[in-house]
Amino acid sequence: MPRPQRGGEPPLTAEEKKLRRRSLRYRLDTKFSPYGFVAPFFLFFAAFGLFPLLFTGWASLHRVSLHAPTDMEWVGFYNFTRLMSDEFFWNSLWNTFIIGVISTVPQLLMALGLAHLLNYKLRNSMMFRVAMLAPYATSVAAATLVFAMLYGRDYGMINWGLGLVGIDTIEWEAGSWTSKIAVSTIVIWRWTGYNTLIYLAAMQAVPKDLYESASIDGASRWKQFIHVTIPALRPTILFTVVVSTIGATQLFGEPLLFGGTPSGGAHNQYQTLGLYMYQMGWSNFNLGRASAIAWTMFLLLIIIGLIYWLFARLIGRSTGSKGA
Amino acid sequence: MSISSETATRPPGSAPAAQPDVPGGGSPRRRKRARAGGAGRQMHAGWLTYLILGIFTFGSLFPLVWTIFAASSSSTRLAQTPPPFWFNDRLAENLDEAWNTANMGLALLNTVFVAGAITLSTVLFATLAGFAFAKLQFRAKNILLMLVIGTMMVPPQLSVVPLFMAVAELGWTNQLQAVILPMMVSAFGVFFMRQYLVQALPTELIEAARVDGAHSLRVIWHVVFPVARPAMAVLAMLTFVMAWNEFFWPIIVLTQQNPTVQVALTGLGRGYVPDQGVIMAGALLGTLPLLIVFAIFGKQIVGGIMHGAIKG
Repeated sequence: MPRPQRGGEPPLTAEEKKLRRRSLRYRLDTKFSPYGFVAPFFLFFAAFGLFPLLFTGWASLHRVSLHAPTDMEWVGFYNFTRLMSDEFFWNSLWNTFIIGVISTVPQLLMALGLAHLLNYKLRNSMMFRVAMLAPYATSVAAATLVFAMLYGRDYGMINWGLGLVGIDTIEWEAGSWTSKIAVSTIVIWRWTGYNTLIYLAAMQAVPKDLYESASIDGASRWKQFIHVTIPALRPTILFTVVVSTIGATQLFGEPLLFGGTPSGGAHNQYQTLGLYMYQMGWSNFNLGRASAIAWTMFLLLIIIGLIYWLFARLIGRSTGSKGA
Repeated sequence: MSISSETATRPPGSAPAAQPDVPGGGSPRRRKRARAGGAGRQMHAGWLTYLILGIFTFGSLFPLVWTIFAASSSSTRLAQTPPPFWFNDRLAENLDEAWNTANMGLALLNTVFVAGAITLSTVLFATLAGFAFAKLQFRAKNILLMLVIGTMMVPPQLSVVPLFMAVAELGWTNQLQAVILPMMVSAFGVFFMRQYLVQALPTELIEAARVDGAHSLRVIWHVVFPVARPAMAVLAMLTFVMAWNEFFWPIIVLTQQNPTVQVALTGLGRGYVPDQGVIMAGALLGTLPLLIVFAIFGKQIVGGIMHGAIKG
């Protein structure tokens, strides 16, 4: 800082000192306040996200009972090797996969189609959007209780409707596939509207020129949808696939409340990994094994994430785009 | 990608004559178009479009409306075919019973408190961190931001065992702070506020305040909060909905003695109350407050989700 010539006068020096103090404070402020602003997030995440994540890994290497959780006995990888030969684990993994596929794929396809329709010039378009998002505001618990009644074997609305068109009573809850379909419809009902809005937002960001030039080239609406809309939406589609996969992997509330027990049906026909983990920890009191299930879930998600990442790179390269 | 395919597919000389731009100066025009094309392509919808949208709207709303029909029916009525298609006369009795036996009154009160506390802290901390990521320079900023996004991938199952041990150790079972504390920040919130502030908050505004001698907290209070207010409101609504519906962790730490709405509904679903009409009345009580919020602010919530989607 350039020093003024008439340095002798006391009021100026005081001013200057104040200025200098202020500038030091200013520099400290600009340097450290950003860390102060992001600190709360990271402190809370460290305490309630990262530390538990690591500790769950540690606990998975021990025998831990729900009744005496601080009494940990080292067992190495026993919990994991035990899982590998556990038919209930494989069953829940399979169920999670099947329910994940039959809830995610139709959901995203419908959302894509609905977003396309909502992108037309519509009367009451906001009304449609709000109505389709209403299930999103409904909790897992409330939605599942209602759907469990709609799927009721003897007096449920769905079997009654099917009876009208001559289809015999279906035991939704008891069947292996029917129960998975029923649980999936709850997921589909709650999330289709949300994904529709995300696709709609992405569609509205597609430059209009692309459609103009496509229609000049004589492309039909359907061809425009396939050749203009879908490619432009690719990053968004990948994003929703990733989010839905994460959601499907940890599916818990729907299968728990559909039958009301953590076993996921009399023959575990719709027990998911999340549910099996809960049953292991809080019905069988085996927190160590529950931790091992949680970590297996985490590793699965990492593997799936890597596959998606490779897939996105492959697609990106083949079309010469960089994605988002 | 869009640029190349556009130039590739447009036949030479097909640009509209009314276009004031010089050919080749297409980039600002295109940007303007993309924004102005908010309604996408303005093709009019045919009756088929309305029909399909109507069917899906019906599908979205019917389970909610049917909840009211069922909640107003006796359990004997619900054990008959055809199922009820209109209101019956037992709504008051069923609500009353759900309120008392399933502890729904306390559950609603607890949930308002829990969701309110989570919303306040999430919005506050997300705005602070979002502002720092959007507008301030600091070391490791990009890595930290990647870390924030990465944390969204960790499922809640990975934290419940240690958190449950801690809660048991502290004797916090059945206490609301056990539900609130682990959910006071959200990675989605940080990212959401960052995306909003990056484009909504002019850097000159911060600099001007700085020149006037404002320290960081003053900048936050007098510059950032006023600019961020619309996004904070949307984030508050999204967080409130999320916190209201939070399921996994509350059913582990809370019991029917001091439940949130979701815990009370779980109690109903797991057979503590056998009457189906009462169960539906409980589901109605637990959902109605959110649906009212939704009916009032639905447009803003829709806008918030769509806004977050473009940037995300």
